[in-house]
Amino acid sequence: MMLAQEAVNESGRLVTLVLFGLMVAATLGITVWASRRSYSAADFHSGGRGFSPLQNGLAIGSDYMSAASFLGIAGLIALAGYDGFLYSIGFLVAWLVALLLVAELLRNSGRYTMGDVLSYRMQQRPVRTAAAVSTLTVSIFYLLAQMVGAGALIALLLGIQEGQTFLGMDAATAKIVGIVVVGLLMTVYVTIGGMKGTTWVQIVKAVILMSGAALLTVLTLSLYGFNLGALMSDAADASGQGAAFLEPGLRYGVEVAGDPVQTMWNKLDMVSLSMALVLGTAGLPHILIRFYTVPDSQSARKSVNWGIGLIGTFYLMTLVLGFGAAALVGREAITAQNAAGNTAAPQLAETVGQAVGGNLAGSVLLALIASAAFAAILSTVAGLVIASSSSLAHDFYNSVLRKGKAPGREEVRVAKLSALGIGAVSIVLAIFAQSLNVAFLVALAFAIAASANLPTLLLSLFWKRFNTAGAVAGIYGGLISAVGLVFFSPVVSGRETALIPGADFAWFPMPNPALVSVPLGLLCAVVGTFMSKERDFDKFAMLQVRALTGAGAEKASDH
Amino acid sequence: MTTDSKNQGSDPPGPDQDVNPAYLAMHSDPRFLALKRSLYSFIFPMSIAFLAWYLLYVLMSAFGRDFMGTVLFGSTNVALVFGVLQFVSTFGIAILYTRYARKKLDAQATELRDELVKGDARQKNQEGTR
Repeated sequence: MMLAQEAVNESGRLVTLVLFGLMVAATLGITVWASRRSYSAADFHSGGRGFSPLQNGLAIGSDYMSAASFLGIAGLIALAGYDGFLYSIGFLVAWLVALLLVAELLRNSGRYTMGDVLSYRMQQRPVRTAAAVSTLTVSIFYLLAQMVGAGALIALLLGIQEGQTFLGMDAATAKIVGIVVVGLLMTVYVTIGGMKGTTWVQIVKAVILMSGAALLTVLTLSLYGFNLGALMSDAADASGQGAAFLEPGLRYGVEVAGDPVQTMWNKLDMVSLSMALVLGTAGLPHILIRFYTVPDSQSARKSVNWGIGLIGTFYLMTLVLGFGAAALVGREAITAQNAAGNTAAPQLAETVGQAVGGNLAGSVLLALIASAAFAAILSTVAGLVIASSSSLAHDFYNSVLRKGKAPGREEVRVAKLSALGIGAVSIVLAIFAQSLNVAFLVALAFAIAASANLPTLLLSLFWKRFNTAGAVAGIYGGLISAVGLVFFSPVVSGRETALIPGADFAWFPMPNPALVSVPLGLLCAVVGTFMSKERDFDKFAMLQVRALTGAGAEKASDH
Repeated sequence: MTTDSKNQGSDPPGPDQDVNPAYLAMHSDPRFLALKRSLYSFIFPMSIAFLAWYLLYVLMSAFGRDFMGTVLFGSTNVALVFGVLQFVSTFGIAILYTRYARKKLDAQATELRDELVKGDARQKNQEGTR
């Protein structure tokens, strides 16, 4: 079924390439348009704070529905059935933490970055340095995973298999070209468009992705007379797993026959992963800074609600797409293209298109879904670049190096230079990392956000006694324990599939550290607090009054 | 735009961090305490509730597989219903919170904010522009 005839294949690739080109032209146009009236630091970091809740909700969805979660979860469901759904549930429920505990209070009390809120009642330099270190670590890990994935995906989306060439590129060259193109584009969006340009790119992407996924979902369901039950049982039959395909346990918490200890670790690891997903989201710097792009805290709340609606709908559609791919494309055809199942959704598009309207429809639908995935890659990485360059310029350069004396223009200039640097570094790192198995970096980014960022953020907002030593200990403690435990886990060494397959220094049994590193991060924050005598209840009162009432909150710029 | 001239001069790194006596007084104002109680009494119990509900789902998926695999009808099993219920509860809590905030929080917060902002404006006029 896949890539049926060479001629169709070739014309399909051309359609895909043309759509990719249109997407690039459109997003660059938007970026230039958005840059025309952006001068101040508030424009660069927060897009002028003038976005509507719906616009920001779309951008939130865009930041979150990366190619990894669109193609990745659809593929996971197609290959491992129910466990892919389980993964997406953690991603969704996490938004309640952001809605109830973080979004509005952060909007009211911060300015551009997560560090603003963390350092509000602390000594600026140590806390902002820690915030910048953690922001950069989380963002770069996440960025690397996305970019390495992007290179491989673009090769796959253009249908370039090992041993084939297209426009003179073989698969390995296409991967590198993919990484470089994505890296250049994200750097251009951020340096020229700032937060405003990035946000508009994200809005456009969310619309394309949601409509593409909706179209494919409806077409897939139409092949089953809109009977989801029939689709599911067909998927279960085709998977060769039977009823187990519709139950948890094929991928996470795998039961190893005759090895109760390993089984227990696998199950605890599943709990650990869920914990990272649900607690990590509200600590991801690129998500947090989205709350500053709206005029006030009520708009922040509404934009999270839009985000929850979009993301929830999206994951429900992904469930149909994953089961559809399992039933219609089949496991063998999916793993033949990509072992992780990342091409399940595009392959489903081709199959469904062919079933509905013949070969041409198949190529067009494939091109459409491939472009939606391409847009998904671009907008998520742009969000990560702006989060890290903002934090470098605002938290580290201005507050730490320049002691807060740099004017807005200088801060913007440094932020743009940082974006260039981060873009260049991540292109190089991604090219070197592309032969490594870096898929674990996404889960690690969530684990760090859950262990280092969320506890300190919540303690800053709600715990009167919290102080500089506590914040610094909490951030570094959570960061080091999450990274350290992963370093000594089976994802880095001791297994065939590990990052360094040849070595074995793994003593921590779980690939996901959150179960241990979140309590450890929290403990460091609490112990650190009590080790220091510093207490500033007046500033805590200031912070709380601002956070709860919105008095003194940053306003939208007047244009 | 006419560039926000305030942002061009000396740009403080974070939000205004000076301790302001009016804000301190507000922190122990009964209306503020009532607002804080209204907020906390919703967000904390609700957070514990949804985290416990999610944890139950994860633990059942890890350790209660026989129960999760029970077929209810057709190809629908407990696991699927439980998963869909997580979506329902997430949407539901978001709606509940939004209605609660509109009724019990927004007006009160706006009243206190306006009071403080008026005070800020008076103070700024005395100091000259920042």
